[in-house]
Amino acid sequence: MKPINIVESIIVPLNRKNVDTDQIISKEFLKRIERTGFGNYLFYHWRHHPDGTRNEDFVLNQPQYENAKVLVAHENFGCGSSREHAPWAIMDYGFQVVIAPSFADIFHNNCFKNGILPIRLTVKEVEELLAKGERAPYQIHINLAEQTVAGEDGVSYSFDIDPYYKQMLLNGWDEISLTFQYEEHIQNYEKQHA
Amino acid sequence: MAKTIIEKIWDQHIVYEEEGKPDLLYIDLHLIHEVTSPQAFEGLRLAGRKVRRPDLCFATMDHNVPTKNLPIIQDPIAKKQISTLERNCEEFAIQLAHMEHPDQGIVHIIGPELGLTQPGKTIVCGDSHTSTHGAFGAIAFGIGTSEVEHVLSTQTLWQSKPKTMEIRISGQLGYGVAAKDVILAIIAKFGIDVGTGHIVEYTGEAIRNMTMEERMTICNMSIEAGAKAGLISPDETTIDYLRGRRYAPEGPAFEKAAQQWLDLATDEGATYDKVLEIEACEIEPFVTWGTNPSMGTGISKHIPRAEDYASESDKEALKKALAYMGLKEGAPIASIEIQHVFIGSCTNARLSDLRSAAKIVAGQKVHPTVTAIVVPGSRTVKQQAEAEGLDQIFIEAGFEWRESGCSMCLAMNDDVVPAGERCASTSNRNFEGRQGAGSRTHLMSPAMAAAAAIAGKFVDVRTLQPAHA
Repeated sequence: MKPINIVESIIVPLNRKNVDTDQIISKEFLKRIERTGFGNYLFYHWRHHPDGTRNEDFVLNQPQYENAKVLVAHENFGCGSSREHAPWAIMDYGFQVVIAPSFADIFHNNCFKNGILPIRLTVKEVEELLAKGERAPYQIHINLAEQTVAGEDGVSYSFDIDPYYKQMLLNGWDEISLTFQYEEHIQNYEKQHA
Repeated sequence: MAKTIIEKIWDQHIVYEEEGKPDLLYIDLHLIHEVTSPQAFEGLRLAGRKVRRPDLCFATMDHNVPTKNLPIIQDPIAKKQISTLERNCEEFAIQLAHMEHPDQGIVHIIGPELGLTQPGKTIVCGDSHTSTHGAFGAIAFGIGTSEVEHVLSTQTLWQSKPKTMEIRISGQLGYGVAAKDVILAIIAKFGIDVGTGHIVEYTGEAIRNMTMEERMTICNMSIEAGAKAGLISPDETTIDYLRGRRYAPEGPAFEKAAQQWLDLATDEGATYDKVLEIEACEIEPFVTWGTNPSMGTGISKHIPRAEDYASESDKEALKKALAYMGLKEGAPIASIEIQHVFIGSCTNARLSDLRSAAKIVAGQKVHPTVTAIVVPGSRTVKQQAEAEGLDQIFIEAGFEWRESGCSMCLAMNDDVVPAGERCASTSNRNFEGRQGAGSRTHLMSPAMAAAAAIAGKFVDVRTLQPAHA
């Protein structure tokens, strides 16, 4: 997993609540057995009309938001299915950070396993970011170590993050290798419960 | 100190705990299917790791399997995913109920059916509807593929202890009101994210009166309220269901286990971080009208209007949902016409679900403008239903009787609702495009879906059956 700390980018404002993982990556793209290559299919049915042509109105297709690394959305982002294809698609598309007032539990967990930083800000703060990002491309500077999000206009927010997952992201650790260090505890548990 | 069942099971499974870290939890049962596992097995291979406890894993094929013309899969990518699971189970010595195996079925139907699901266990699967198994008094939750890999290699997971929530369903359910109506009413009342960060215990008289199959329907949709997991304290109903199941303990070992299971029940006086309550008598047969499971209401009601909502974002969400669904604000639910009916899924494809639908369908004909399918949740369910003649009731009415799988719940196989068409579905999600690009899903109970198949529109199932004297 690639470590993450500083991210500088414009934001993509996705002004929706309850964005579910079916929208993030639709089921027809879940049949592949690889972890990569899902970026093309991110929000496929919002990025395309039913006839397959590009929906130029959808925010991700607007040229001013190209190459953004930060997605901002409303409450309960990533609800629904446990499919890790959702964070894979987000990452493969080029996003490193998702900001929202709240996340669904499984999606939130899945982000940490893939080096994506999910940031919770208050509803008011997210609404401010969405409004600015919708008006014109809005640049922000994220510092995970400091737990801050600073806008180009000098506005700054701080965020909370579980210290364990913060270290995982900062160091890009492989969780399974870490857990192997607890092998003795696992063996003891198994002996006691045999 | 008085403890909830959630705390009891959690504490029993802590392998390692340390301030500032999530707990390292032992996992008792790992269920596996073809869609969320290939990348995990590939990860093991790349790192030269093995499966620590293949004996605690059980795999099946459900999401991609065809429900007719078995075993031919036309789609080469789906075919590869299926054969990949076969290869992985063989290589890592994991028991597999493959596509034509008699135990095959939807992973959340066969776990309980085989007795693999037991009270007090920690159960995971790369599937959000793993919460189903909580009906037995287990902590069961969906995980991503990285966590699947973590469990395969260590049989553990790092988990932050969730908060606890009680949802009490007080009083008795009215005539013709099903478990599906209860969970849809809970999600509509409290919201799609009320459970985030919590494990929910469902309690109350209405829950105690439910069969295991009904309890599974309730727990299944915990995730649609955002909960990490949902469960129900074990009681005699739980014990009776498990007695004699293939993987349940036998003889004196069963009686000993049964006592331990009953002891797991939440202690008198235990407290939860949050308590919610709903009166059973206020619940009527339910239908969703929108694009998430909280957008639903009773069959006698109307679709909401923008002015019913306070916040701008809720008004906007209503507009977007109705535009997608092709419905109008304020329209009566009972006026909505449908073109498809799907009776199936891990929520409602057990024998009792098929029985309740068959009761409505018997002697009737599917409306001429409706295409209706029944997809049993497992091969065992299918066989049992056929032994009772349920298949004939459905077929004579004009339903298609299919092989088991996830099917039209998420339409990964060929069972797809066409764009712009409307489906009365017993599944669990009505997200945009869930049953096929542009499809419009309405969630409801098996009896309500069966009634819709006959009428071609939503009808109150209570008006079709004579009330008990």
